[in-house]
Amino acid sequence: MMQIISLLLENKPGAMMRVAGVLGQRGYNIESLTVARTLDPEVSRMTIAVDVETAQRQQVIKQMNKLINVLQATDLTELPNVVRELVLVRIRVPQESRQAVLKEAEIFGGRVVDSSTEGFVIEVTADPEKLGEFIDVMGSYGEIEVARSGALVIALEAKRLKLQPPVPTKKLEEVY
Amino acid sequence: MSTLMSGAKMLLECLVREGVDCIFGYPGGVTLPLYDVLYEHHVRHVLVRHEENAAFAAEGYARTTGRVGVCCATSGPGATNLTTGLVDAMMDSIPIVAITGQVTSKLIGSDAFQEADTFGITRPCTKHNFLVKKIDDLAQAIHEAFYIAASGRPGPVLVDVTKDALQAQGHYQPVTSIHLPGYKVFTEGHTGQIRRAVQMVQESERPLVYAGGGIIAAGAAAELREFVERTDSPAVNTLMGLGALPSEHPNFISMPGMHGSYAANMAMTNADLLIALGVRFDDRVTGRLAAFAPHAKVIHVDIDPAEIGKNRAPDVPIVGDVKRVLAKINKLLADDKTVVPAAARQEWWRQIREWKEQHPLQAVTSETEIKPQHLMAEIDRLSKGQAIVTSDVGQHQMWAAQLIRFAEPRLWLSSGGLGSMGFGLPAAIGAQFARPDKLVFAVVGDGGFQMSIPELATVVGYGLPVKIICMNNGYLGMVRQWQTLFYNDRLSSVELDCFPDAEKLAAAYGFKGRTIDKPWELGPALEEAVKEPGPYLLNVKVTPFECVYPMVPAGSAIYEMVLGPPQPVEVP
Repeated sequence: MMQIISLLLENKPGAMMRVAGVLGQRGYNIESLTVARTLDPEVSRMTIAVDVETAQRQQVIKQMNKLINVLQATDLTELPNVVRELVLVRIRVPQESRQAVLKEAEIFGGRVVDSSTEGFVIEVTADPEKLGEFIDVMGSYGEIEVARSGALVIALEAKRLKLQPPVPTKKLEEVY
Repeated sequence: MSTLMSGAKMLLECLVREGVDCIFGYPGGVTLPLYDVLYEHHVRHVLVRHEENAAFAAEGYARTTGRVGVCCATSGPGATNLTTGLVDAMMDSIPIVAITGQVTSKLIGSDAFQEADTFGITRPCTKHNFLVKKIDDLAQAIHEAFYIAASGRPGPVLVDVTKDALQAQGHYQPVTSIHLPGYKVFTEGHTGQIRRAVQMVQESERPLVYAGGGIIAAGAAAELREFVERTDSPAVNTLMGLGALPSEHPNFISMPGMHGSYAANMAMTNADLLIALGVRFDDRVTGRLAAFAPHAKVIHVDIDPAEIGKNRAPDVPIVGDVKRVLAKINKLLADDKTVVPAAARQEWWRQIREWKEQHPLQAVTSETEIKPQHLMAEIDRLSKGQAIVTSDVGQHQMWAAQLIRFAEPRLWLSSGGLGSMGFGLPAAIGAQFARPDKLVFAVVGDGGFQMSIPELATVVGYGLPVKIICMNNGYLGMVRQWQTLFYNDRLSSVELDCFPDAEKLAAAYGFKGRTIDKPWELGPALEEAVKEPGPYLLNVKVTPFECVYPMVPAGSAIYEMVLGPPQPVEVP
């Protein structure tokens, strides 16, 4: 099973690269990665699904927390959470299959966002496993092109974010 | 006085405010504005001959003083040449700030002349890096860079400044505070864990202190000594920790690990409590992890939480500044009334003394040729534990670590984690600038020396009385040793022939050099080098096929040491 990591990081250029770099340098394959702003415009939330063996997962989180731009990195794999992903599927269907395809979309709770003589574009939001099933089903009806958003996760229990306060310059003299 | 000034001038003002008195660098096109300000500035700029050596010299300065070393290079190739030094500082946790020029902001990404993605290239090899495109961001970036470099687990920080930012005009406002919401430094250890640690130490029968570079970074030599003496524990120092405890201290065994002493490795293996202070359980020290210290409980004190539990799960993890943690532990020990198991401890010391006697680290000598160990012993004799000794990388580094003694920290400068050849001479340059009063030996091999020959010009140009002692065995010694031991003596590309005549080479640069190859010449030649008021190059031709022992082969446990050359088999 993938490790699901949820991070809060500073919304600065290069911050995302630093996090991805921690994984890339160790040769871990990133299955999906999403990042977007939070309520605070200076802070982004990033969700990564990455293939890391269980023994190394804690070390990966610690290495991410070491990064200056990362405010908080949490391993959500085992914690109670809700996972969702969005997919847009463009499907080419012959006339006779159109109804069947619409019925399948309805079963998965999908919405048709585009319709033409060629076929449809259908949008579905569900947990990634269900999404995988939907894509397989669509694929059986005709030629498809798929755009997945990547998993988004939110923990069911709030975790207090501890931010470091400003350090006045006089105190810095103690450091050197 | 107007605070309006150019970005270049502002950068210098910021450096002065950070207490910088010395920058090692090499100018270029985009750093011209900076060098123009440096022209009549009181901050000293040391011109090296290769940017890699600017980074190594900054490291030498930082390792000697504990303060942040500064190096400077231009954009493109200048910046990329700093990379090895940055990775080296990262691996050994040395605080340096590298300032690189970058092409004008609007040219970034257009493959401009001497443009490189310095920000991207140095991202994995710095603790943090900055790209400054606007003069208004400059003061904050420099202040944060120095803070990040020096605090917590020290490390390298790079600030990439565009040419237009250096040329722009702005008002200099000294930064009064730093806000890095995501940067947490853990200084105080957990009180409960500290108490548990004290209890475990008092109850242990075979304790061993395993101390390293973290003690030196924290300036905790005094606290370490007090701890060792209060608990009367034996102690080992890693390569990075040599000098943390004075080499002459009765409790000091020696260095453990791949080329550590027999006694140190046996002590590690048989201890029932490992007190790990400012170390990271590196593979060179532990050997095969599954077989490392199998009977020991572990107390691990480190300022970097990611190191705790990385290679060995500790029984008592303590995240904090080892100086503060040790101070607290010492205070608790002073009041502690627990009776220690004296008989078991006496037996432990007896065992350690026995191991030391069985296979001591020997200064092997010969009547006819100079043994490399003999060279190190002679340097030790002249140093008396007081000289600054930098080393390059290889066999000479291991013999120097085994046989040269240090009375205090920050005398031994060596590239441990990365093992970058070419480190020895530029680090000595940095050290000599930091401590002009000290005798500085740059102990190098013929391989590493040839990587740093350009800096002979720097040594002579600034009149640095560095004593360059080249242990010359005509080979890339350590690689040759592995080829001999593990590749059936197939010596592939390790012969370093065509070594220059040292006397002529030194004379070509305008200083004194000499080659010796007889053991009776060793003492007098070294004394002559030390007496020489200026720099000296002593090329010492040593036995070519000597191997460093003990050796723990890769993949073996540290008790599976090879203690000497394979004995010839008697044919009946």
